[in-house]
Parts: sequence; C-alpha cells; structure tokens
Amino acid sequence: MSVYLLRRLIQAALVMLAMSVIVFIGVYAIGDPVEILISPDADQAERARAIAALGLDKPLWEQYFSFLGNALRGDLGRSFVFNEPALQLIAQRAPATLELAFGATFLAVLVGLPLGLYAGLRPNGVGAKTIMAGSILGFSLPTFWVGLMLIMVFAVQLGWLPSTGRGETVEVLGMRWSFLTWNGLTHMAMPALNLALFKISLVIRLTRAGVRETMLMDYVKFARAKGLAPKRIIGVHVFKNILIPVVTVVGLELGSTIAFSVVTESVFAWPGMGKLIIDSINVLDRPVIVAYLMSIVFMFIVINLIVDLLYSVLDPRVRLESK
Amino acid sequence: MSATTAPPVPTETKAPRVETPLRRFISEFAESKMAVGALIVFLAIVLIAIFAPLISPQNPYDLAQLDIMDGRLEPGSKSGDGSITYWLGTDDQGRDMLSGIMYGLRISLVVGAGSAIVAALVGASLGMLAAYAGGRTDTVIMRLVDLQLSFPTILSALMILAFLGKGVMNVVIALIVVEWAYYARTVRGTALVERRREYIEAAQCLALPTRRIIFRHLLPNCMPPLIVVATIQIARAIALEATLSFLGLGVPITEPSLGLLIANGYEYMLSGKYWISFYPGIALLITIVSINLVGDHLRDVLNPRLKK
Amino acid sequence: MQPTIPASAAPPTLQVRNLQTKFFTRAGVVPAVNDVSFTVSRGKVLGLVGESGSGKTVTGFSIMRLVDDPGRITGGEILFNGQDLVKSSEDEMRQLRGNRIAMIFQDPMMTLNPVLRIDTQMIETMQAHTNISREAARQRARDTLGMVGIPSPDERLMAYPHQFSGGMRQRVAIAIALLHEPELIVADEPTTALDVTIQGQILAEVQKLAANTGTSIIWITHDLSVVAGLADDIAVMYAGEIAEYGAVADVLDHPLHPYTNGLLGSVPSRNKRGEPLRQIPGTTPSLLRLPPGCPFQTRCPRAADVCRQPPPMAEILPAHEARCFRPHLENAGVAA
Repeated sequence: MSVYLLRRLIQAALVMLAMSVIVFIGVYAIGDPVEILISPDADQAERARAIAALGLDKPLWEQYFSFLGNALRGDLGRSFVFNEPALQLIAQRAPATLELAFGATFLAVLVGLPLGLYAGLRPNGVGAKTIMAGSILGFSLPTFWVGLMLIMVFAVQLGWLPSTGRGETVEVLGMRWSFLTWNGLTHMAMPALNLALFKISLVIRLTRAGVRETMLMDYVKFARAKGLAPKRIIGVHVFKNILIPVVTVVGLELGSTIAFSVVTESVFAWPGMGKLIIDSINVLDRPVIVAYLMSIVFMFIVINLIVDLLYSVLDPRVRLESK
Repeated sequence: MSATTAPPVPTETKAPRVETPLRRFISEFAESKMAVGALIVFLAIVLIAIFAPLISPQNPYDLAQLDIMDGRLEPGSKSGDGSITYWLGTDDQGRDMLSGIMYGLRISLVVGAGSAIVAALVGASLGMLAAYAGGRTDTVIMRLVDLQLSFPTILSALMILAFLGKGVMNVVIALIVVEWAYYARTVRGTALVERRREYIEAAQCLALPTRRIIFRHLLPNCMPPLIVVATIQIARAIALEATLSFLGLGVPITEPSLGLLIANGYEYMLSGKYWISFYPGIALLITIVSINLVGDHLRDVLNPRLKK
Repeated sequence: MQPTIPASAAPPTLQVRNLQTKFFTRAGVVPAVNDVSFTVSRGKVLGLVGESGSGKTVTGFSIMRLVDDPGRITGGEILFNGQDLVKSSEDEMRQLRGNRIAMIFQDPMMTLNPVLRIDTQMIETMQAHTNISREAARQRARDTLGMVGIPSPDERLMAYPHQFSGGMRQRVAIAIALLHEPELIVADEPTTALDVTIQGQILAEVQKLAANTGTSIIWITHDLSVVAGLADDIAVMYAGEIAEYGAVADVLDHPLHPYTNGLLGSVPSRNKRGEPLRQIPGTTPSLLRLPPGCPFQTRCPRAADVCRQPPPMAEILPAHEARCFRPHLENAGVAA
C-alpha cells in the first residue's frame, strides 16, 4: 500500500512539474513576459528595474528555475489589480468555489442516482424514456444559458431565490462558508443546481448503464435463486456494484466541476476562483492567471489521488492487489 | 441434410436486393423518426445561416441600420419608422433579435464546424500515425492525448486564451487544441483493430505503398467512428464557443455570436426583458440538441457492437 | 403421459408435466423447452443431459421460475410437492427459492457477488427465509462451509470471492444451496468449469449429501460420464424436447433413441481401443427453423418418411420412454 502511495505521489509530482513547464512556456515564451508580468501603467524606469528584478534578461532555462523556485515557496507573483500575492487571492476565493463544486456533486448524486436506477430497472417504460430524454437535454443545454433561465424564473418571475452573490457566510477553520447559513444556502441553491445539471445527466447515464449491465450478471440471478427480496438484490447486490464506477467518475469529475464553475460563477456573480480568473483574463492580470492554473492543476492531482484511494476502499479486488 | 426435408423459411421471403453499405446505412438511419427530424431541423438551421443576408429583416452588424431608439423593444413591436416588425424584440442597440440570431448562427456554425474539421484533420493524422508507426511515436502521441483528455475542456480553453489573449481566431485555436485528442484516440483505436485484419495484411503482401494502404484501405474503415465523434464534437464546439463568448473571451462585441447575444441580454433580464437572452439561447439549444440527436443515432447505426 | 419410473411410497418431490417455455425474440418465437415431462423422487438424482442449446438450462430456470424476458413459460405444470409452481405468485416463489428449492450455477467465478463478503452472502440467504439472528446464521454458515469441505471456515467467512479458487467458490455456492436443507437442488453443470480432479471431489460430495439428507437433485450436464456414476434416472434432451427418459442403466446400456445412441457412440471411453470414434453428423438445428416432425431427422441415420410427423413420447420398454418412431430396439435385445 505504501509503495503504491509513494509511486502515485511521485507520479503526481511529475505531472505538476510538467504543468509548470507548460504554464511557464505559455506565459513566458508565447506571451510577452514584460507585458504579462509588469503593470501596463509602469513607466520606462520602472520597466527596466522590473525586467532586471524579474530576471527577464537571463536565459530562458534560468528564468524557468527561478520561476520554479519561487513557485515552490508559494510565490507566484503579485496581482496588478489587487496588489496582493496572487496565490493568496486564489486561496481567499477557493472556499466559495469548493463549496459550490461539492454542493453540485452532492446534488448530482442525490438526483442522478435514483433516476438512473429507475431508468435502468425499467428501461422500456415511459418514465425511463423521459429520464433519458432529459439527460440528453442536460448534456446539450449550455450551462450559462440554463443559469440565466434559472435566474429569470426563480429570481425575477417568482422571486423565490436571490439571483446573485453568496449571501451570509460563517467563518469556520479560518474560511468563510455559505452552506452553513440558511441565507447562504438559498444563494447557493441555483448556482449549485446549474453546475450540477451536466453531472446529473452523467450520473443518470452511468447508473443506468451500470444497472442494466449488473442485472444481467450471474450473481444477480443467483441472488434471486437464493430467494432474496428484490429490495435487497437491488439495494445491496446491484447498488454496491454500480457505486464503484459512479463514485470513480463523480470523483474524477470533481476537478472538471471546479473548472466549469467558471461559467456558473460568472452567471451568478459567485465570488469564487472562477470569477476571479475570468476577470483576470479580461484585464490581463497574468500572475493571477498563473496562480489559478497552477493551483487548479494541483487540486486536480490531489482529487485524482483521493479518488484512487477511495476506489480501492470500495472495490475489494483492487484493495487486495495494492497490498 | 437432405433437401427433401428442408422446411419453408418464412423469415427470408423478401426479394433479394442489391444492398450497398450506403443504402443500408440510409435505411437504418431512417428507422428513427426522431433522428430524421433532428437532421431536417439541423439542415434548416444550416440553410438559415447560409442565407441569413438574404432572408434576415436587417443586417445586425451594420450599425447604420440600427436605431438606438428601437432599443429593448418587446417581441412583436414595430420599429420607430414602421418599416420592420421585431418578431423577437430588439436588444439594447436596437438590433432586431431575429436578424441577430440568424447572423449569430453563422458565426457559431462556422467556428464550431471549422474548428471541428481542422481538429479532425490534425487528430486523425496523429491517431493514424500513432497506430501505424507504433513504438515510441505511439507512446508520445498517446501520452499527449491522455494529458489533454484529463483536463476539462473549459480549463484547456481558458489556458490557451490566457496565453494568447481574446479573439475569434484564438477561440478557434483553443477549440482545436481541446478537440484534437478525441479524434486521435478514436482513429488510433479503430486503426489498431483494422490493421490486424486480413485485408491489410493482403495489401501489405502485395507490397502496396504505405501511403496507399493508409489512405485507400485503412482510413475509409476508420471513417464511421470518426464521423460519430465529429458530429458530437461539432455540438460541443458550438456550445464551448458560445460559453467563451458569453464569458467575453470570444468574438468582438460588434459582431455578436449567439453566446455574446445572450451575454448582452444578461443585465436586462433582471428587469424582466427576457427576450434578449431567451431567444438566442433557444436557437443555440435547438442547434445543439439536433446535432446531438443525429450523433446519438449515428453512433447506434454505425457501431456494429450495438447491432442486435 | 404419466411418468413411469417406479417411485417409492412417498410422493415425488417434483413432477414436471408438458412444460413449455418459449422465447419471444425479434427473430421469432424460440421453443426452448417443448413438452418436457419428468419426475424426481425423494432422494433421487435425475441427470438432464443434452448439448448446449438443447433447452436443459432453460428447463432448470423454468423450475426456479427464473426465466427472464423475452422468455416465458407458456404451458404445462411444475408440481413441487403437489404445488404448481407455474401458477405460484412471485412472492410464493421467492419463499421457495433458496429455501425448499436451491440452484447451483455453471460458472462459479460469476455466481458470487464480487463486492460482498462470503458471510454476507450466506447470512442474507438465511435471513431471507427465517427469523434467525446474525450470530446463529453465522454459526450455521460456518458449519455448512465445513460440510462441503472448506478448510478453516471461520476465516473464509470473512473473505471476498476473488480470494477463492474456482473449485472453492463452487463449494461456497453449494454450501449456500444447502443452507436450508432444500428438498430439491437444481445443479446446472456445476462442475463443467472445474478441473477434473475437483470435479470428482464435488461429485462425491454431492452424492453423499443427497444420500444423507434425502435431497432430490436435478443434475444438468452435457457429460454423459458424469451422470453415469451419479444419477438414478436420465432424461436426454434434444432441441427443446426430451428424446429419451429412463433409469440410468437402461438408457446407457440399451439406448432406444438414435440421438442417445449416437451420443454414447461418441464417448471415447465407451469405444473399444483402436476403433474410430463415431460422431453424430451435422449440427444442432436452430430452434427457429426446426423441420416439421422429429427435430433429429436431419441428422438421423434411421430417418424415414414417417419421421416428418412429430413422434410422441412413448413408453417403448417398461419404464423407458423415447420420442422416436424407429427406436433401437435391437440394443435392448428385442426383435424389431
């Protein structure tokens, strides 16, 4: 187990390193680093000083190593707009994005699993066909437009939910969270649902396919031959088997959910990392862009690692092999 | 097996008919009314986009034709000079939404289909190369594919736009970078299977040039899955372009695509002027859903594993 | 049509009468089981023999009422202690399955749920039928595992299926079938997927259990040599019908149906050394396109015009039935 973990950690470090090269090349080699890293308002003397200070007159590989060294110390530059360390900005916005992404994932499983189960058990029924048509819609609907429509219906027409912002927050563990207050939850409901829409469709399809496949397995027929009640066969024998692919995919999709929250955050003015990166791209605040890209890749790697470990907890076959 | 006892075979009473693969494909595709309907809708959308300058009530990109006094009119109202009825209302510039949508479709389709075609060419070539060359080439290409596919599309696109800056061309480049890996993976997978088939061995035994084997023998057999992927990817490209435009990273504000039209209506929606965002969204939705339905059914028809 | 096997004084455990099971597929209606009748008495073993596609497995699933769509039992009776299972409700069936009637499947690698521990899979079987405490159920599970020859059952209860070999898994499946001391076990080729040595062990085990507990067994197999040593009676199936039915010695020593005759001729051990192996010409017909009359006629060396009529199941010799117009009476030493 520990060998396996060590191997995965080394792999993760290598991917991080590769990403740092890509981001470095992207920002320093493709773009103009002077334009990228120095505030456009700076005058000539400032520019020259900054170029020297940033080491932009040095060879590219040397620049890369100083970039890498700074990154390892958690220094990814200062935002021109906020005049704060870029990484600190990201860290401040991360809780908002994370709670949105987790809320969406939770919703996706909560809604998608039962619907997929139903569609898989009665694949030819009207209900199942409606669910599957709905899931095609869920894949096809542009997220941002659905977000707008949600606002139009629930905030503008019905006035049930607030349209934008995060609402009241509570500070726990030094970070502010919305989901712990009722007001915060009402603010979160629409963005989370919006972000979850695609994942709900995904979970429905995965679950349905899993159920249909599992129901054909000999062990399900054997469970019936043992005289088990249908409730137990579906609830234990089928459910535990489909849970493995669903948890894996939902877990792996968490990274993509965090990335796609860019769109939802823009629609609902949710003050998370996603909104920050769009604003930063629009005003060319590139240290923040670099910090965002590096930290999101880091999150990705951590999530994948956790999902892998979780997978081995759920599936006894994997658990044994990795020992 | 004595012939005297041969029973009548009721299931094969149909007269034998020459069945080309294309004809079989068409008849199988036509089995789903939904898919045929979706195809008709999609073709109609394409025609509207192509002939937009001829059929649209006004040229929404010609600022001289726009009258700011006609701004934010409700659907069905007439223009100030009474010359045009704005069936779907107007936006804040006084732009007829119907015309805006027709022109916006042009941009969405060109960007979506254009990037999908280039990505297909790049991806298919690399996939074919990986399958045919094998060894280290294969490893390098497939590692790149894995890396690309492990990132969510929006993140890759954001990364590229962050490096290159905003603009239509950069959006197209971003879409190509996001999409090529899907084609590469598909083509490599099919090509690897096809390569081991007898007909390729036969062609190799005949000492046909590699180029000929790849283009005349291997590629045609990789087409079905490629077509399926391309269909789905066009829909995804259109959606992604709209999303990027909505985020303000795509097309310029003077020539709005569907995504930007929707974004423009965002602030007015809170005051109940829904149509500026609503109708372009419907157009986008119909386009994407019709492509997806066609793609879904194409996959069922072209995938031999799913045949019963 | 009454079964003619002499039974003991007790009523038979299972009587199948004119069973019909059909599959309604897109390509047409497949008569997988057609007019099948047999009787299994208390403590007896019936060997249900046939090649793949002959309908023997579907017969087994029909008895369990586990035929899935598009299949359906379309006629006949399955009398289990006098209760007609064809007419029983799904709930009544559920209470019988795994309790009074148990089934063992062909592939032991597939029958146990890979993500559940052995103890879970055994205890749930007991708790589905009786109000037994977990502890008592565990005790019973442990005893049963020991009974089927699994070493250190306590430890094995906590294991997952993939930690067992194929033979051990099949023993677990057999143990699950035995948990409630059923009156009838339907064993669908339970040793086919196993090594020959393990096959022998399991056969011996099952034979012992049947003798000790009075459990009746339907042993489905394509292997005549397995039933030769195990079964009391044999029913040979061909194309969904029973071709020949009788006591094991009668059927194997003087087969009446040309199909049985051909099958026996193709078993290596029954041939004399040096003689060429005989085989049945042709292949099994598709059940969708059966010839009218006897389904075996296209492959039968004795086929005649009369065979284009469907042959009835007839008691050609005492307690020895065959569905044939031109049986091998010479095998039994009877003049034609």
